[in-house]
Amino acid sequence: MPGSGHLLSGQTIYMKNKRGRTIEDVVIRDPAGNILGGIKMANGTNSHREPPFPATRAKSAALVRQKFVKAQEYRRKLEKGREDPEKMPERDLEMEALVEVLERRWVVHHHTHRNDDIVTVLRLAKEFGFKVVLHHVSEGWKVAEEIAAADVPCSIILVDSPGGKIEAMNLIMETGGVLERAGVLTAFHTDDPITDSRLFLRMAALGVRAGMSREKALEALTIAGAKMLDLDHRIGSLEPRKDADFIILTGDPLSVYTRVQQTWIDGELVFDLDNPDDRLFAVGGYGAGKDQAMHLCCFGPQGHD
Amino acid sequence: MRLRAAIVCFAAIGVIISRIATPVSADSLVVRGEIVHTMAGAPLTNGAVLVENGRIAKVGPATEIAAPPGTRVLSAKVVTPGLIDAHTVIGFTGYLNQDQDQDQLDPSESIQPELRAIDGYNPQEHLVEYVRGYGITTIHTGHAPGALISGQTMIVKTTGNNVEAAVIRPVAMIAATLGESARARGDKKSPGTRSKAVALLRSELIKAQNYRKKQASEDEKKRPEPDLRNEAMAQVLAGELPLLVTVHRSADIRTALRVAKEFDIRLVLDGCAEAYLLTEEIKAAGVPVIVHPTMWRSGRGETENISFETASILRRAGIPIAMQSGYEDYVPKTRVVLFEAAVAAANGLSFAEALESVTIGAARLLGIEARVGSLEAGKDADLALYDGDPFEYTTHCVGVVIDGQVVSETAR
Repeated sequence: MPGSGHLLSGQTIYMKNKRGRTIEDVVIRDPAGNILGGIKMANGTNSHREPPFPATRAKSAALVRQKFVKAQEYRRKLEKGREDPEKMPERDLEMEALVEVLERRWVVHHHTHRNDDIVTVLRLAKEFGFKVVLHHVSEGWKVAEEIAAADVPCSIILVDSPGGKIEAMNLIMETGGVLERAGVLTAFHTDDPITDSRLFLRMAALGVRAGMSREKALEALTIAGAKMLDLDHRIGSLEPRKDADFIILTGDPLSVYTRVQQTWIDGELVFDLDNPDDRLFAVGGYGAGKDQAMHLCCFGPQGHD
Repeated sequence: MRLRAAIVCFAAIGVIISRIATPVSADSLVVRGEIVHTMAGAPLTNGAVLVENGRIAKVGPATEIAAPPGTRVLSAKVVTPGLIDAHTVIGFTGYLNQDQDQDQLDPSESIQPELRAIDGYNPQEHLVEYVRGYGITTIHTGHAPGALISGQTMIVKTTGNNVEAAVIRPVAMIAATLGESARARGDKKSPGTRSKAVALLRSELIKAQNYRKKQASEDEKKRPEPDLRNEAMAQVLAGELPLLVTVHRSADIRTALRVAKEFDIRLVLDGCAEAYLLTEEIKAAGVPVIVHPTMWRSGRGETENISFETASILRRAGIPIAMQSGYEDYVPKTRVVLFEAAVAAANGLSFAEALESVTIGAARLLGIEARVGSLEAGKDADLALYDGDPFEYTTHCVGVVIDGQVVSETAR
C-alpha cells in the first residue's frame, strides 16, 4: 500500500506473497476478475507539511470531510444518472474511488497513532459510513472502549521499544491484550522494515508476553487479518475449500527457537528451509535477495525460463 | 609520564566517585532460582545468591544459603547475572527523537575524540529505565557511529539519578567509523572517499604520536601545550583505550585491521556485517567483535550481507564476541540486547553462548569482568530474574537487582 505521508495516498492491493513474473500473477481477484484492495488514509503528523498539505489536525479532518462531502454529491448525481442518462456526470476517477469507499466495497486502511487521532477516524467513519481498519494504533490502549463501541478492527504493530517519533512515544506491547479484553478484532502487521516481516510470528509472541491470549494472538496472525480484508472466505484458516496457504513450523509458533520449515501458497511450495537459496532469504540481508535474483535469472536449476 | 599519571588519577577519581555515590544498602538480600546461570561454571539447580552491602557474598545451592532473619528473599524460575549491552547509544539518543534529546553525534567535525561521554549521558532518559526492566544492568554507551571519530564511550549501570552514581568507567573506548557512513555529509570537513577517511585517521594518529614524543621530552620547554584531542588519541596509542571501529564491508574491516597493526593499537570491531568473509584474519589479529544487532535492518549498501548468523559464525571461528543493541534513528528508538541475543540463540548460538554474549563474554570484552558479568562472591550484586528461559519471547523479566538494590519488580 502507499505510505502515510498523505491524508489519502491512494489505493491498496491484496496479494499473495509468492513469486510472479508480473503483478497480475500475485494479486487477489474476486470471481468477476476485479483486483481486490482498499484505500490508504492517514492522520496525525505524517501528513503535516507545507500547503497544500495540512498543518494541523483540524485542517486534516476538514480536507478529508470536504472530499467525502463532494463524493456524496457525486454519488447522488450517479444515482440520478442511472435513472436519466442525460444527467450522468462526467467520469471522475477520484470521485469514483471515493464512491467505492462510501458504498463500503473498499475498506479504508487508516494509519493513526495518537488517541485523539484514533477517535477522529472513528468520527469520520461514522459520519460517512465507510468501513475502516485502524493501522498501528499506538495509543489504542488509551481508547480501547471507544474503538470497541465503534466495532472497528485494529491492525497493530508492536516494536521493541517506544519512541523514535513523538506519535509512537506511548506505543506499548500491552496494546494487543488491552484491545482483546475490550473485544476489538485485532490483527498484526510488520510495517517492514519497521519490524522484520520474517519475524512476523514474533509479533504475536510479544503480544502474548504482554497479556494477549495465545488463541487471539494466533488469530491476529491469520483469520483476524483475513476478516479485515474481507477475505476470510478464502484465507486465514485451514478449512475445506479455502486456498491452500499454510506454513510448516519446527515447533511452537510462539517460541523464539521455532523456524519456518516450509511455506505453501495456493498449494505450491514457495519456501523450504532445507533449500540453501531459500535459507539465505531466511537469515540474510538485502544482499541475499540480490544474489537470489541473479541466481534465478541466469544460473538456477530452471535455467532461462 | 605526566599524561600517564593524569590518566591513572582520573580513572581513580571515577572509581571513588562511583563508590561514594552509589547507594549501598546495608541490608542483605537472598535471590533464589530454580536455575541459576552463574556464568562461572555449570548452572545451579535450585541455587541461591546471598547479597550483602551491594556485593555478592555467596553463591551456591539454596539449601546451603540461609536467609538471615529479616532478609528479603526474591525467587524466580531463572536467575542470571545482570545483562550487559556491549554497545548502545542509550542515554545519548533520547526516545522522543527530537533535536533537543539527540546528543549522540556532533556534526561539526569528522574527528572529535575529545568529546567525553560523561558530559552527554542522561541517566534519567526513559530508555535507560526501559531496558533495565528487561534485566539489562550495564551498558557500554556513548557517541554513535556515523563520523570518522565521533567521540568517547563510557560504561555505566542502568541506575542512578546522576551519571557519577551510575558510571563504572567514564572513558571506555574511542568510537570510530569506517566505510559509507563515515564519508561526506557535504560539510567539506568529512572525508569524501574511503582512502581519504583512512588518510585522515592516519594523520590524526601520527599527530598524536608526535604529541606523545614531545610530551616525553626531557626539556620542559619542548613539551606541547595540553591538547584534548591529542591526549585522547595518545591514550589509544598507549594501549590505554581501544579504538572501537564500526565497520561492515569486508574490505573496510581489513583496513581497520591494517591500521591497528600499523599503529599497534587495541582494536575492537563493531557491527561487521561481512565479518564472515574474514574470520581467519580477525581471529589471527586477536580482535574481538561486538556483533551488529541480530535483527538489525540491513537496508542496501554496505550492510546488505548482514545475517542472523553473524554471531554464531564468529563464535564458531573462536573470535570473542558480545551482543549489542546498536544505534537506531527511528522506530523503535532502541533495540533490546536481550532480544538480539535471543534471536542469535535461535540462529546458531547455543543457549549458553548466547547468554555469555550478554554477560561474562561482554564483560571480558569490555574489561569489566572483575566487577560484573557473572554471579561470583565479591562481584557487584547485579542480577536479572525471569519466569522462564530468558530468551523465549513469552518469558518475562520479573526482577532486576543492581548493586544489591531491587530496581524493578514489574513483569516485563
